Amino acid sequence: MNAMLAKSPDTNRKGPIYLDYQATTPADERVVAAMLPFFSQKFGNPHSSGHSFGWEAEDAVEAARVKIANLIGAEPREIIFTSGATESNNLAIKGAAHFENRRGSHIITSKVEHKCVLETCKRLEGEGFDITCLDVDGSGFIDLSELDAAITDKTLMVSIMGVNNETGVIQPVAEIGAICREKGVYFHSDCAQAVGKIPLDVSDMKIDLMSISGHKLYGPMGIGALYIRRRPRVRLQPLFDGGGQERGFRSGTLPAPLCVGMGEACEISGHEMAEEAARLLRLRGQFLEQIQGAFPSVRVNGDMAKRVPGNLNLCFPGMRAEDLLTGLRGVAISTGSACTSASVEPSYVLRAMGLSDEDAGASVRIGFGRFTTEDEVVHAADLMISGVRHQLDGTARENHIEPAAQTNVSVA
Amino acid sequence: MTEAIYLDHNATTTVRPIAADAVREAMLMGGNASSVHRFGRLAHRVLEDARDAVAGLAGSATAEVIFTSGGTEANNLALRGTGHETVLVSAIEHVSVLSASETAQQLPVNGNGLLDIESLVAALEQAMSPALVSVMLANNETGVVQPLAEISDIVHAHGGLVHCDAIQAAGKEHLDMKSIGADLLSLSAHKFGGPQGVGALIVRGGLGLTPVIRGGGQELRRRAGTENLPGIAGFAAAKEAQAELSSFARLEKLRDRLEQRVSDLAPVRIFGQNVQRLVNTSCFTMPGVNSETQVMGLDIAGLAVSAGSACSSGKVEPSHVLRAMSVDASDAECALRVSFGWDSVESDVDRFVDAWGSLYSHAGNNTSKARIQAMAG
Repeated sequence: MNAMLAKSPDTNRKGPIYLDYQATTPADERVVAAMLPFFSQKFGNPHSSGHSFGWEAEDAVEAARVKIANLIGAEPREIIFTSGATESNNLAIKGAAHFENRRGSHIITSKVEHKCVLETCKRLEGEGFDITCLDVDGSGFIDLSELDAAITDKTLMVSIMGVNNETGVIQPVAEIGAICREKGVYFHSDCAQAVGKIPLDVSDMKIDLMSISGHKLYGPMGIGALYIRRRPRVRLQPLFDGGGQERGFRSGTLPAPLCVGMGEACEISGHEMAEEAARLLRLRGQFLEQIQGAFPSVRVNGDMAKRVPGNLNLCFPGMRAEDLLTGLRGVAISTGSACTSASVEPSYVLRAMGLSDEDAGASVRIGFGRFTTEDEVVHAADLMISGVRHQLDGTARENHIEPAAQTNVSVA
Repeated sequence: MTEAIYLDHNATTTVRPIAADAVREAMLMGGNASSVHRFGRLAHRVLEDARDAVAGLAGSATAEVIFTSGGTEANNLALRGTGHETVLVSAIEHVSVLSASETAQQLPVNGNGLLDIESLVAALEQAMSPALVSVMLANNETGVVQPLAEISDIVHAHGGLVHCDAIQAAGKEHLDMKSIGADLLSLSAHKFGGPQGVGALIVRGGLGLTPVIRGGGQELRRRAGTENLPGIAGFAAAKEAQAELSSFARLEKLRDRLEQRVSDLAPVRIFGQNVQRLVNTSCFTMPGVNSETQVMGLDIAGLAVSAGSACSSGKVEPSHVLRAMSVDASDAECALRVSFGWDSVESDVDRFVDAWGSLYSHAGNNTSKARIQAMAG
């Protein structure tokens, strides 16, 4: 099915053009349609084992589990539902660390991981674990030989993301998996930005734990999943306790409508991945060409070849990204991760890639997705070009001409 | 076949249409509430309006509301987050409270299911450090309502903190965090007409809390993760339940009628009957008939009920709540929970009693195992 046939939500009708698909993706209307019956007539608690309302909800949850498993080459019973990728990352890392603390006390991650991975590791460091944070090169990749050398007999786990949320750069996941398997350490990968965008296979890539998010692949918010390998078996201590749902890994009533929505979203993404990737590559190329035509000095942050098709991260030397965003009313983009977008610090991801504070502060993230149209891309590029021009002129005036000539952009 | 009748609303209840609409609307609106652009700001406004609404539901200040993925997470955050070494919990708490703190000491309840106040006082006096005391407002199995204000006064007089699991009480019972004196309060949307997958922990201002889930700085750094905006919007919309308590009160008549009619048919034992209960909840025995047999037999007859809490309904052990109330094993094994919802009607009672009566006349008068299993199978 052509992705364009999918009805788009409100995001591209009136108001700004939405180009922030790494922050969240609007739920696909097909996903919403699949979920709605579970808010009304099929409302049972999937753990009510005594009656048909419960069984109906349970069947739907299990069917969704199969769809998620299929997308990453897992077995359904290796999939645990959580409230989102943040919880999945917390559960994978803390869970393994706390269960296996006699096996090892060392965890390896990278400087460009999502905040929730870094914060979790920081917490574990406070508890006495040793944390190694690998550097990345100018293209955004970790160094495999550095990883290999960092693994000691104390190492318990390696946690490296599949796709970076700011740059879209794809890490060499299969190679990392091979190293981890050979050395006998767990490999956890935060694949919130990867699942549904690029082909993934937990067996081929030797991934032991994989975090997945619902709302990053056109599914609902408030739901995610953690893949937990059964052979060889990965053991985790749960984050919280209760009714013992999800085989004891994660207590709490499973939200059947959200599970159903996430299953549907995974199935659609799987079917449409190749076609959608080609379309987004074309749109992204077109956008970049237009921007480069106007600003030859623009630089793309992160590798261009090993990158998800929907992401661009651009540095406009000399510009202040914060100011651009404030003035740019017609296009919704961001300076980086939404979780930290209220902070004024330049992106730690870009700094880890060697960008100066100034260049990191001159960079913006642009995310294309399922409902982005060619018209929008052309229009958004035009708007951005005039916005950047305005900012660069303003900055130039500020820096080189008398203060009276400053162009102050009002803050909304 | 006639449509099945759902009388298991304490497990999860039907989503109120206004809440379903709010979920759908927010889902199609999109936007990450942490984003700075217009979509993010609109999402953020929905989030903060919802926070306001939930604060209104609980009688707290807006900033005191922390959204979570549900009641289990809220209870865990409360019990793990305050850092208290002395933790006292009533023996009839939900399993998510009982298992959240490994060091928790359990306080007994009396035969009516009410917390034994003398034991509470004794435990507080013996405690080596200020205690966190967790007592639920209303029990999920029996509906028994605890005298929270009285309990809170005692705990506070001993320098302790009160956590109240109000998950079953919200939308069914008057709720005001200040008048019950709770310092922490757990809520779950899907128990009163909101969507599944969202809840809240309300934390009295100024109280520090160590997060369970870490990451971005959402929820004032107390709970990381992109907020489940549609769920939260649905949660807020479902608060109409609290405004409609007077119409919910009509369920007491259905419940009383049901209890009267089954009592006419058999010598049933009704748990917590003599104390204040949620108006929608009844827990009673079918003499001589195992709970599992009842649940399955009633399901075949088109009635959805449960033997206890849904979380543990896969298990065959008798309810820890009834055991704590010193109910004999023979009675506890024959208990059934009926819980009405905002959309229950009077004819549901008749359908239930007919099916219950016929099951009892078949199984109750002949308790031979073969006969019961044949019924259930």
